[in-house]
Amino acid sequence: MDALLLQILNGLDKGSAYALIALGLTLIFGTLGVVNFAHGALFMIGAFCAVTLQRILNLSFETIDETQKDFLGNPLKVKTPYVESWFGPDLGSSIIDWSVPLAILFAIPVMLFVGYAMERGLIKHFYKRPHADQILVTFGLAIVLQEVVKYFFGANPIQTPEPDMLRGSVDLGVAVGFQANAIIYPIWRLVYFFFSVAIIGGIFSFLQFTTFGMVVRAGMADRETVGLLGINIDRRFTIMFGVAASVAGLAGVMYGPLNPPNYHMGMDFLVLSFVVVVVGGMGSLPGAVLAGFLLGILESFASTTWATTTIPGINQIIIYLVAIIILLTRPRGLMGRKGVMED
Amino acid sequence: MLGLDKKDATLLIVVAVLTLCAPFILNPFPTDSAMAQFNAGYPDLMQRFIIFGIFAIGYNILFGLTGYLSFGHAAFLGVGSYSAVWIFKLFSYNVLPAIGLSVVVAAIFSLFIGFVSLRRSGIYFSILTLAFAQMSFALAYSVLSNPKFNLTNGETGLQVYADDPQWFHRDSLPDLPHLFGLSMRSTYTLDVGAWSFDFNAGYYLCAVIMMVVFYLAIRIFRSPFGMMLRAVKSNQQRMNYTGLNTRPYTLAAFVISGMYAGLAGGLMAAMDPLAGAERMQWTASGEVVLMTILGGTGTLIGPILGAGFIKYFENIFSKINDTVLHEWFALLPDGIEDFMVFIVHPFIGKGWHLTLGLLFMLVVIFLPGGLVEGGQRLSRLLKRRGTKAKPEDSEHRPEEKPHVAE
Repeated sequence: MDALLLQILNGLDKGSAYALIALGLTLIFGTLGVVNFAHGALFMIGAFCAVTLQRILNLSFETIDETQKDFLGNPLKVKTPYVESWFGPDLGSSIIDWSVPLAILFAIPVMLFVGYAMERGLIKHFYKRPHADQILVTFGLAIVLQEVVKYFFGANPIQTPEPDMLRGSVDLGVAVGFQANAIIYPIWRLVYFFFSVAIIGGIFSFLQFTTFGMVVRAGMADRETVGLLGINIDRRFTIMFGVAASVAGLAGVMYGPLNPPNYHMGMDFLVLSFVVVVVGGMGSLPGAVLAGFLLGILESFASTTWATTTIPGINQIIIYLVAIIILLTRPRGLMGRKGVMED
Repeated sequence: MLGLDKKDATLLIVVAVLTLCAPFILNPFPTDSAMAQFNAGYPDLMQRFIIFGIFAIGYNILFGLTGYLSFGHAAFLGVGSYSAVWIFKLFSYNVLPAIGLSVVVAAIFSLFIGFVSLRRSGIYFSILTLAFAQMSFALAYSVLSNPKFNLTNGETGLQVYADDPQWFHRDSLPDLPHLFGLSMRSTYTLDVGAWSFDFNAGYYLCAVIMMVVFYLAIRIFRSPFGMMLRAVKSNQQRMNYTGLNTRPYTLAAFVISGMYAGLAGGLMAAMDPLAGAERMQWTASGEVVLMTILGGTGTLIGPILGAGFIKYFENIFSKINDTVLHEWFALLPDGIEDFMVFIVHPFIGKGWHLTLGLLFMLVVIFLPGGLVEGGQRLSRLLKRRGTKAKPEDSEHRPEEKPHVAE
């Protein structure tokens, strides 16, 4: 029982990332009808927002401290980040320590802008072209974004540690009545899970309870009629593209501490997120979220020693296998709507 | 000639002459001159031109004719390479059985994958093939290389070791892939004045095979079967309404293109007897899509052009470094020289992929018909001065599809 719970928990963090990326993909697909192969790159850019902020906060000036000597007897050079000199050492160092959560604030405008620019600059011209062209041009864009990031940040993964306070693990088992040390769970993964739940909830309530969201939902159902009613639906869809981009970006920001960002992390996630979208059902937002968490958990179950010794390598292929089975038995996916991508 | 009309026969002859004379054509600069870095006439690169040309020709039979965008063709290439290396390990270094087996194995593999994936079309098909290819990659990379059952040798890549059985190997034969004793690496170098030209046995084997499969591709394009595939591309629904089951046709096209990919993989192993899992990764699949699009989808010569173009510039761009750039811009004043080098720097050397991505986007945006369409536009522009403009070629234009949300 506790082993079962542990595997479910282990699947949650990857599942959250899948769900967030798949949610963004579905938002773009449902509103604009575009298959965005550059969505993984947006995830990666989000992660690099955190890296950038961390670098900015760590900008320092050097002072020579006469009281300290290095091993050669010369006075020691001490680096002080500007933040520490402005806000005082205590507040400054804790700002640096919290750079990843702070990067959320930094990433939202950046990602909104990136998404807006992408839609207006490139995707807009591809609505009337075949899906194959959309796939190809966004694939090209993904390569370009990835290479640009590689040019500025190098090819190696960059550590973006979580705040000191949220490091380490908690013993979740005790709280629900298991023995001590039965379920040890890293805090940051828990944070990531709740963070993604909050974002998913935010997106859903935004679509459900605001007028803007209502218009967007109406546009997803019948774009032409909404347009005929005198509503500028294109502009709203552009904003939704920005929102989808920032969802992917935020998923990336918070994923940094779990897995140091490198320039091709987006591509690795993208393939899986597409599979998630297809399993959930093209164009279905709840389907994307559900499939994201389900596949994440399934992957974690397939990685147990029991599973890998019974069928070697099952953890590597389980997601693809499930996707193939689902597509052949339920072609619309778990919660797909009729009439979406049926041609 | 050979059942081709005059235009196709000319095309085939032109391609044949160009491939056979490639060692001359690709080496226009003297060996010691500063321009020698633009020479492409060395065996390794020429073999790559041809092998990726074959890969792209085959891919074009699927994507160009039926419009099914597969993102998993590298899997067939990888499977072909692995089976060829296994022939080398078990039997002998003769390349013919190796290439034969790689084609057969790729055919079986693609029959299975195609049977499943072709049940869906459009984006679903792309994602299914992608999923299969990634699955094969994951399997080849990790699972199929466990000590008990080592089929792929994982990260190291499959290669021939000294203690492999090689039952039909005799000591008189070379210890490298060979064709009845003629080593694939044997090269005859012809020196003419300042120039030197390499004639490599492996290259000519590839060239001959490519001409055969290019001929087959022309025949497929012009056959009733090819017409049927084009009909699938233009309107599959209507084909179904006329009572025709299109799946056998698309499946046949899928298997044929898989066999081409397997052949390319087998040749790759025959030129250099090793096979690695990274050949199956989805970026490799993306590369063949790039080649086909860049050259011109649905045209005969396009994929070969695209493959040659990408491989040539990959090679050249990766070799250029800042020193070379400084030499190029040496005529300019110092400040401007440094500035130009600074501008160009991200696109060369390791930045080749950036250039490739940009180029690819530009082609998809402005020139959906690829290099072939570019050539046609140019020639039309030149002709237009004298004669009346001809109607636009509708085959290379993307058809307008309604927005899904409409």
